[in-house]
Amino acid sequence: MTKKENPKLQFNTSWEYAPAPESTDHIRLKEKYDLFIDGKFVKPAKGKYFATINPATEQVLAMVAEADTSDVDKAVKAARKAYENVWKKMPPRERGKYIYRIARMIQERAREFAVIETMDGGKPIRESRDVDVPLAANHFFYYAGWADKLEYAFPNRNPQPIGVAGQIIPWNFPLLMAAWKIAPALAAGNTVVLKPAETTPLTALKLAEIIQESGLPDGVVNIITGAGATGAAIVNHPGVDKIAFTGSTAVGKIIINAVAGTNKKTTMELGGKAANIIFEDAPIDQAVEGVINGIFFNQGHVCCAGSRLFIQENIADKVIQKLKDRLETLIIGDPLDKNTDIGAINSKEQLATINKYIKIGINEGAEIYQSSCNLPKKGFWCKPTLFINVAQSSRIVQEEIFGPVLTIQTFRTIEEVIEKANNIPYGLSAGVWTDKGSKIFNLTTKLRAGVVWANTYNKFDPVSPFGGYKESGYGREGGIHGLMPYLNL
Amino acid sequence: MNKYIELIDFSKTPTVDQVGVEERVARLNSRSIKKESKVYALKMALNMIDLTTLEGKDTEGKLKQLCYKAAHLHDAYPGLPSVAAVCVYPTMVKTAKEALKGTNIKVASVSTAFPAGQAPREVKILDTKYAVENGADEIDMVISRGEFLKGNYNFVFDEICAIKEVCGNARLKVIFETGELSTLDNVRRASDIAMYAGADFIKTSTGKISPAATPTVTVVMLEAIRDFYYATGKMVGMKPAGGISTAKAAIQNLVMVRETLGEAWLTNEWFRFGASSLANDLLMQIMKEATGVYQSKDYFSID
Repeated sequence: MTKKENPKLQFNTSWEYAPAPESTDHIRLKEKYDLFIDGKFVKPAKGKYFATINPATEQVLAMVAEADTSDVDKAVKAARKAYENVWKKMPPRERGKYIYRIARMIQERAREFAVIETMDGGKPIRESRDVDVPLAANHFFYYAGWADKLEYAFPNRNPQPIGVAGQIIPWNFPLLMAAWKIAPALAAGNTVVLKPAETTPLTALKLAEIIQESGLPDGVVNIITGAGATGAAIVNHPGVDKIAFTGSTAVGKIIINAVAGTNKKTTMELGGKAANIIFEDAPIDQAVEGVINGIFFNQGHVCCAGSRLFIQENIADKVIQKLKDRLETLIIGDPLDKNTDIGAINSKEQLATINKYIKIGINEGAEIYQSSCNLPKKGFWCKPTLFINVAQSSRIVQEEIFGPVLTIQTFRTIEEVIEKANNIPYGLSAGVWTDKGSKIFNLTTKLRAGVVWANTYNKFDPVSPFGGYKESGYGREGGIHGLMPYLNL
Repeated sequence: MNKYIELIDFSKTPTVDQVGVEERVARLNSRSIKKESKVYALKMALNMIDLTTLEGKDTEGKLKQLCYKAAHLHDAYPGLPSVAAVCVYPTMVKTAKEALKGTNIKVASVSTAFPAGQAPREVKILDTKYAVENGADEIDMVISRGEFLKGNYNFVFDEICAIKEVCGNARLKVIFETGELSTLDNVRRASDIAMYAGADFIKTSTGKISPAATPTVTVVMLEAIRDFYYATGKMVGMKPAGGISTAKAAIQNLVMVRETLGEAWLTNEWFRFGASSLANDLLMQIMKEATGVYQSKDYFSID
């Protein structure tokens, strides 16, 4: 059989998909959001507000209060009062009822949450509708069930709540991270002061509205908004017993420094640079799909994103060709469109960071490949990007980019790939693609990562613990493990 | 680039992960196809139909009516395409050919002891020759599933080659009867065997066994076609048959083609639906888009 050189598929078709935007008519946003403290929305002490924008259009969605030290103090005191007087004393079964109620209310208003999440954060509606919101509700359902069964979760111990938990969450999964933090804390009997990220506060504030409607006793959950200074005020407040943080490794280190020498407990869910490993015997088309989902899910703004791809050398050309073609069928654009695969970059700052790394990659001599798609004029966008022929020592391989950028390396032996996969300061997650079960089990014991997915990627369930090794942090969220950081055992 | 002839080892054909394929299908099926995009797809689907009648009780009269319908789907609404082909048993080829004279609609004939394929090779060859001599433009053969499931891949390969040889200019579609192959790994392997043996089209099912053209099977076969194209530069067509009776399912199939193989395959030269009742549902949807209301089934002819 004669071979035609480099056959190329053409995905620019005469059959175009018509726009299918999710409607925003039913969304009610206030012009101005205050701080949710002690069951009420209250104005910030200094009266300062900042804007939160839609990163796909750069339009201002709402003004949001900026909490200063005195507001934080008020929130922590409200949480303390609620803890001592109400929540700690409440029979666990009653606590569970409130958490169930919050879960059901999230489900009832799922569409509203999904649309707001997409408007505020830039992620495609497909993801906020199918992943973020249902998973957030499931976390509340799951931990509601544990509220009155803690002694069964930890037999022969005497599980007791810790007190007031200060929780600081990132901008990549705003509602879901709020659920991951609040649900186990409440189930274990703690009260909460939560701060969402300054670029994506709206779903957390909507959650505050739901919590208010649910009749949860005042002060059990306080949600305050602001930037780094507000977060620092929570971390440094002497009335806080525990800090739960999800975010960058750099900020995590600052927090750990700040609480050193105090009685505060901490859990840290920090950065990652996951290896996704494809062996020659893998189901290749499904592996390619998994790699695409692993790195381009939520524009790559995922701490467990599979950002380093390792391909066994004899299938490398084939896999790279398939990845390139798959890139062409990813639809980039209006996050509210139901057909959009890749939405907007969360903020101008993050886009600058990603572009900085793309420049570094090019300067390092790696071969770059980007989708030929057109990007919208307004808003913050980045083409899905592959870097081929990178070195283990390249900065784009070693450092977390947190964007739609995949580096591709090849390997020959299993020892080689294990060594390279582990040769990184992070250890949050990893992926393995092979048809052979024994290979999977061999690798799960040798890869130093909190989560290892086999023949799939980015699968989450409230029942399954999540967390990292090394600079990816410590402590686990989800499952029974997720209760431990909120209990004195 | 590698210039030598590559011998294919079908025992090393890539594996398929069922869960992964199901997720891919779910993702493709969630594409929202509306308005002008939908009308475009509906008309494209009409033009890709192999209008089929494969009954023991088929009559010449009934077939002639079917052939008229194939060329005149719904004359009340001008500007509609015709179907791609009419698919019949070998004994009906002559009648169909005459009835379709003057149109560019092809006549496809099933053969090789369709649907079970339980006959010796000489009979299958004769069966095919008969259809070709009577004027069939396309031959839809079935593979020997028994030999395939036994692991006798060379037998299947040789069988397809032998039929291809007697097809002459007729295009050969190879039916796997995926409902009898039981795993997606088998579907993938059968696809590779057929394409390397010279199939012009690979086809899911006879329509006589359920399940037939499931979306997972179709995606796996489209991916096999893609790999064959990457490896050889040669295009092979795809025909899901059986079980696709709604416009929605047809559009979902077209989305799969568009996002797996792209523009070149979105024509009836490379993609077909084997279906009998699909046409009327497509027509009903086209009329709904044109008039804004649904019409009852009685407004569309049944043939």
